[in-house]
Amino acid sequence: MSKLKLAVYWTAACGGCDVAILDINERILQVDEAAEIVFWPLAADPKYDDVKNMPDDAIDVCLLHGAIRNSENEEMARVLRQKSKVMIAFGSCSAFGGIPGLANFFDKKEIFERVYRESESTAGKAGVYPSPAVIVPEGELTIPEFYDTVLTLDQVVEVDYYVPGCPPAVDTIWTALEAIITGELPLRGTVIAGVKTLCDECSRKKEEKKITEIKRPMEVEIDPERCLLEQGIVCCGPATRGGCGARCTSANMPCRGCYGPTDHSIDQGAKLVSAIASIIDSKDPEEIKKITHLLSDPAGTFYRFSLPGSMLRRKRKEDVS
Amino acid sequence: MADKKFEPLIVGILCNWCSYAGADLAGTSRFKYPENIKIIRVMCSGRVDPLFVIKAFKEGADGVLVSGCHPGDCHYIDGNIKAMRRETLLSKLLEDLGIEKERFKLTWVSASEGEKFVEIVEEMTNTLRELGPLNLEGGEKIV
Repeated sequence: MSKLKLAVYWTAACGGCDVAILDINERILQVDEAAEIVFWPLAADPKYDDVKNMPDDAIDVCLLHGAIRNSENEEMARVLRQKSKVMIAFGSCSAFGGIPGLANFFDKKEIFERVYRESESTAGKAGVYPSPAVIVPEGELTIPEFYDTVLTLDQVVEVDYYVPGCPPAVDTIWTALEAIITGELPLRGTVIAGVKTLCDECSRKKEEKKITEIKRPMEVEIDPERCLLEQGIVCCGPATRGGCGARCTSANMPCRGCYGPTDHSIDQGAKLVSAIASIIDSKDPEEIKKITHLLSDPAGTFYRFSLPGSMLRRKRKEDVS
Repeated sequence: MADKKFEPLIVGILCNWCSYAGADLAGTSRFKYPENIKIIRVMCSGRVDPLFVIKAFKEGADGVLVSGCHPGDCHYIDGNIKAMRRETLLSKLLEDLGIEKERFKLTWVSASEGEKFVEIVEEMTNTLRELGPLNLEGGEKIV
């Protein structure tokens, strides 16, 4: 039997997902036994042209991690889609935008201003912005074009499966890899992770949730046994997909929401507004306002990993008409 | 931005027991109010998921009005209090997403306050006429 052809590629991502794949430890040998890695920029040394020269559908499974935020990301996503039988959005960035997706609270102009002009560490001539093409005596130099809006992988190409997480937990990765190796992939479009929310698998003691204060983790000594929400700490568990093994809450940190929304909710942020606001223990509008304002960045907290994949996708652009 | 011809679209989500009856009273009393509001009846303002509001904006509403019974009058004891808690947090979230706070309102209208309902709708329509369309579409790469 010929070996399974596997590709791993990164777009707008930190590379943590690549490392997470290696975190499966010796089980990587099983992967090696069953599959041949034809393209993996982090671990091997292939060139883009190697992929472009492959016939269509030459790759059996492509794990693509990272969001799409420039023309190179988009081009490679399209090339790999064409060359792969199965495309998997691997990790939160690719599945619903992830941390790079927070850039959707700004636009290209604001980001360039900050990075190339205002930033304290801007060296040399401030205010020189990257442009996709520049003419030098030797000819024209080009770089990819930076997009205004960060996109998820499925907003650019068709995606067959999703493996969420920042990075996906080892067990989640193994479930996905095992399914690939044995050829027993679930229904197309499945998110390979838990089906219930994180709260369902979190082992903390849960009683009645009523809060009169919202606190940040470093401001309190956290009780390791009791539900974090009951202690006034904003935890994204009620509206986040489980399957990660509750790795954050068992380390005494609140859930950040990296597994994204569950199948039954399309917008993680909206569901978190509902969940967090409902436990505020007050009937007085002024007091409610006071408690709510203790949470300094609700949109950034609730859409930490899912803004581009959410219903509104980005902060509204003021100058469109 | 103030286009004279612009007519805002407002989605009104009203509770069955007070505000919907209040709007009904405005109708049976032959009060006139702007046709900009499209009313959806729910059993309680506490039933209004923040998702409904966001979805309304996504689908083209320029404003969303949620209205329930006065605090203390809720048919289900405290559904409207829950709506009040969500409204505070949701407004903040919407502002972060660039949606002005004038576009999302929570009000209390009882079954006998037909006139108040008319005032609220008129005021909101006028504010939104000034504010202009929401225009969520756009952004060079939104596909």
